Amino acid sequence: MTAHSPTSLTSPPAIETVGLTKVYGSGNTEVVALRDVSMTIERGEVVALLGPSGSGKSTLLSAIGLINPPTRGEIRIDGQVVMNGSRALVDVQRFRREKLGFVFQKSNLIPFLTALENVLVALAIAGREGRSARRRAMDLLASLGIADRARNLPSALSGGQQQRVAIARALANRPSLLLADEPTAALDSKLGRQVMELFRDVGHENRAGVLVVTHDQRALDVFDRSLRLEDGVLSEHAGSGATTLTSTHST
Amino acid sequence: MNLAVRDVRYNIGRFLLTAVGLGLLLMIVMGMGGIYAGIVADATLLVDQVESDLWIVQRDTRGPFAELSRLPSSVEDRARAVPGVADARRFVTHTIQRNHRGKPLRMTIVGLAWPGDRGAWLPITAGRSLAQGHYEIVADQTLGLAVGDRLKLGKDEYRVVGIVNNMLSSGGDGIAFMTVSDAQAVQFDAVGEATRLERAARRNRAGQDDLGLVQPGLLERASRPASAIPALGPPMVSAVLVTLKPGVDADEVRATMEGWADATVYTSDEQRELLLRGPVDRARRQIGLFRVLLVAISAIIMSLILYTMTLDKLHDIALLKLMGARDRMILGLVMQEAFLLGAIAYVLAYFIGERLFPFFPRRVIVTGDMLIWLAIAVAVICIIGSSLGIWKAMRIQPNEVLS
Repeated sequence: MTAHSPTSLTSPPAIETVGLTKVYGSGNTEVVALRDVSMTIERGEVVALLGPSGSGKSTLLSAIGLINPPTRGEIRIDGQVVMNGSRALVDVQRFRREKLGFVFQKSNLIPFLTALENVLVALAIAGREGRSARRRAMDLLASLGIADRARNLPSALSGGQQQRVAIARALANRPSLLLADEPTAALDSKLGRQVMELFRDVGHENRAGVLVVTHDQRALDVFDRSLRLEDGVLSEHAGSGATTLTSTHST
Repeated sequence: MNLAVRDVRYNIGRFLLTAVGLGLLLMIVMGMGGIYAGIVADATLLVDQVESDLWIVQRDTRGPFAELSRLPSSVEDRARAVPGVADARRFVTHTIQRNHRGKPLRMTIVGLAWPGDRGAWLPITAGRSLAQGHYEIVADQTLGLAVGDRLKLGKDEYRVVGIVNNMLSSGGDGIAFMTVSDAQAVQFDAVGEATRLERAARRNRAGQDDLGLVQPGLLERASRPASAIPALGPPMVSAVLVTLKPGVDADEVRATMEGWADATVYTSDEQRELLLRGPVDRARRQIGLFRVLLVAISAIIMSLILYTMTLDKLHDIALLKLMGARDRMILGLVMQEAFLLGAIAYVLAYFIGERLFPFFPRRVIVTGDMLIWLAIAVAVICIIGSSLGIWKAMRIQPNEVLS
């Protein structure tokens, strides 16, 4: 792990949730996916989120990503309250393009765009086009070691290269928070570890909070700390070194 | 960044194939309009070209283009005697089909009032107009005849002396121009045996009549050719065309002629209108309905194509939304592809049509107005066609990416 110190004292956390609860259905069919989840991820902090299938990891990720609003609780991004319960207090689309970056299990690259264009499209969505945007995209691809594949379509890239392009795209707009949903599930363990290390490095270098949902416990040493979600309840993962997590829920 | 162009570039084969299919469909829509314009132009061509002020036709008929019209040729002389008339000429038209070089040759014959009318007004592209009173033809190029070709019609052989362009009847048949007397000879041609039988029957009828019995000279005359018997008169004509002197009131002349028991008079505009409301009107309505159907079919097909193209991209659209893309970016992607498809199909329709329409059996006239109309129709189809895809794209949620 590279030397790193979260920047909580100088800037607001990348993400902060307070009493986040998500309930699906009602009555007999009611399912509580998240129970009073409170957590903080500082800028530059790289956090793993573990948990069995159905524990609520993806629900938490989509709530933080402003995709699937919570039933109760509050979400603050960069110190600004963006969700209060299911009510959005900001322009969600604008917040997603300016503050958040997403990486998925599959790279989800747009098949008709080249690697470079896949990064450029994120910049175009944020209103950045032209030479500076191109330079930024090329710099990102170069920093991830795939500048030579910039003009290739996704179909001509290996799984690892595709995932690197996806990371470059997620970082294009210098997001406060990078959310990754099992980004190494489709990769072999060696490549998976490389990608995890990449997350750690880009999180630290770009001062972005990084939350990575993963099943792979072998790469946990890469992260600053690990959280565990089970039956919608968030807790500090055993063996996790850091203690910046604020978990308010007790069972 | 133009996503539509990049998506098209990625799926260029499928996109072009779709555009070609749509282009062919639009070409048919364009062709339908062109065929209608061709029918109208062909139908009114003669009326417009012969430049007569009044058409005298058989009483209570709508003239030779709409139905059979037979008029005594003496009407020509009667018309000349009416004050205000500068000129009157006989007009004969009928359609025949003969074998020529082993193939059926269908043509509309129009008789020119020789020697006053030698066809100088015809748009001759090769050869010349008529130079003698018999056995010469000026033929439309669609008949496939060349200057110098000889054609056997009835008992006589006619020589093609000139070729004209786009001189077609309302039925789409090429016109062959000859003198009125030649046209009548072709029209009333009968084989020798039939002529001999007719003369024998005439003599027999005269022989049974008191007049024939007391005047043997009549019996002798009855055996002669019809043209030699004054009582039978010359053959009928289809119409008589009247040109008025400058400044003469056409209604006044017309009122005089309408007093004749055997004639009805139309102005050129009325004759033209009768043509358009008669045989052409049904074709117009039929083609109009067919065009509406084709436009509707094009719109449905285009909607389905655009909807399918959008469905193929739903995951990418959800991803763009997840990344915070504005609605107008998604809208632009779908709409631009729709307009690109429409524009390529339109251009293809135009160029394919331009090369294909000359081979159509009927004249296809594509006018500027028609092209503008079709461009507007394609634009409307693009908007309607893409609306289903846009509706689907707008409904897709960003979390679809996670599923």
